Amino acid sequence: MKQGIFRICENKPLTKNVYSMRLAGDISAVTAPGQFVNILLDGFFLRRPISVCDISESENTITILYKVVGHGTEKMADLPVGETLDLLTGLGNGYDLGPSGDRPLLLGGGVGVPPLYLLAKRLLEAGKSVTAVLGFNTRDEVFYEEEFRRLGASVLVTTADGSYGIPGFVTDAMKDLSYSYFYTCGPEPMLKAVFFAAKTGGQFSFEERMGCGFGACMGCSCRTVTGYKRICKEGPVLKKEEIIWQR
Amino acid sequence: MAEMKVTLCGITLDNPVIPASGTFGYGYEFASLYDINLLGTFSFKGTTREPRFGNPTPRIAECPAGMINAVGLQNPGVEKVISEELPRLRQCFSKKVMANVSGFSVEDYAYTCSRLDACEEIGWFEVNVSCPNVHGGGMSFGTSPEAAAEVTRAVRGVTKKPVIIKLSPNVTDIVSIAKACEEAGADGISLINTLLGMRINLTTRRPVVANTMGGFSGRAVFPVALRMVYQVAQAVRIPVVGMGGVSSAEDVLEMMLAGATAVEVGAANLVNPFACRDILSDLPRVMEKYGVESLQEIIGGIKLWEET
Repeated sequence: MKQGIFRICENKPLTKNVYSMRLAGDISAVTAPGQFVNILLDGFFLRRPISVCDISESENTITILYKVVGHGTEKMADLPVGETLDLLTGLGNGYDLGPSGDRPLLLGGGVGVPPLYLLAKRLLEAGKSVTAVLGFNTRDEVFYEEEFRRLGASVLVTTADGSYGIPGFVTDAMKDLSYSYFYTCGPEPMLKAVFFAAKTGGQFSFEERMGCGFGACMGCSCRTVTGYKRICKEGPVLKKEEIIWQR
Repeated sequence: MAEMKVTLCGITLDNPVIPASGTFGYGYEFASLYDINLLGTFSFKGTTREPRFGNPTPRIAECPAGMINAVGLQNPGVEKVISEELPRLRQCFSKKVMANVSGFSVEDYAYTCSRLDACEEIGWFEVNVSCPNVHGGGMSFGTSPEAAAEVTRAVRGVTKKPVIIKLSPNVTDIVSIAKACEEAGADGISLINTLLGMRINLTTRRPVVANTMGGFSGRAVFPVALRMVYQVAQAVRIPVVGMGGVSSAEDVLEMMLAGATAVEVGAANLVNPFACRDILSDLPRVMEKYGVESLQEIIGGIKLWEET
């Protein structure tokens, strides 16, 4: 983990309420896809934890995608280019690429999609054949379909209301696919559905309300097969075999 | 040269800045960020007789200038603290540490303290009779003078180390509780634990934390904490450790003028992991600005209007 001051290079809407922000600064603590940063905002006591979507070593920038859901993210959406932000970077364990096999499947739901982008990039760099299933509620909320495709991934989009792509949830698209391993991030009901539908091992990225984001406050603890874990520190990524979920 | 040394219950601290229990784990998360031997000491995560997972999540709610937590004393239990946490702590912290202990019965407190008593790295016990987040324990001991005194006597009976009783602000008369602890043999009083608070999510109409209520801390509580530290320091002869919303070197001086011998920093560590280091590096400048040569000398140095 590092603390650093980052300069906003870009802050633009991708959909009605999902924004993309590119930040320049010391990115050396960001070591794995699936890690997050914790952002201090003027006028707010706690930081905002947001996953890293992309990283550019040549430009020393990270890209984060965030959804405007409350006063904090509303404030973020209003921040102009050039403004600086205090970030804690390199938080969380991130995805482990090791067990991916040759044909990993990535399943993202809504703002669970962003961390899978850097993961797809790393898996493709490692010569894997990547399929990404991106799930949204409706056509207007779809983002990053083209970006994943440009990386070289096969992309399927699902919408819950059937207005675009495959009608239904990511698990509806998952049924007919063959894959060596899976990686997922999204709302908890989706993660649960993936957990029970999956035919292989995989990794899940969880979200929880956090205090500090770096393991000090015990605000985001969960029970796992291997004991209590902090989502911010031993997570946010847990392996399927660690998760305690019963039908 | 600014003199920052203070003596707390017979043990000299290089400075009075102490990360508060529950915001600093067992030290090593922070030791990877800076040399925590800069600190006066730190109070480790509240430890109980048995391991505890704590409350269901969500456990955290944001507030203006503060936060609510309802962690519920998650800790690995005293045996694992002795066998796993303290050996790790020793590798990154060479000073005496403050052992924060909680319980659900008078026997629990005495048992946990007696198990920790043999640990050489422990300088003080900070006995938490004020956790607002667990039912049937914690705070209930800190809301009556008799119960607080009973816990004090029980812990006093199992250790020669200094015993500091950590009090709850969620009471009508904190002074009577502090006095009862002093009479029962406490070597010091620390205060305040968090203020019982609550938030509701307007969209879901549910409390933000799963426990419904939680402990409110952060900058916003500083004036309340300062007032209570002042009241208690006026009423007891034993040292007082002040805490509650402390976020700056200026806050440290205010707490000490109100009567605090040492000052704990809590929620600030969670927002800025370097908060204590930053306060310490700022202290000499702020001391000079306000004409303070020695921190020990300003303890309780408030000048009341009547006296001027």
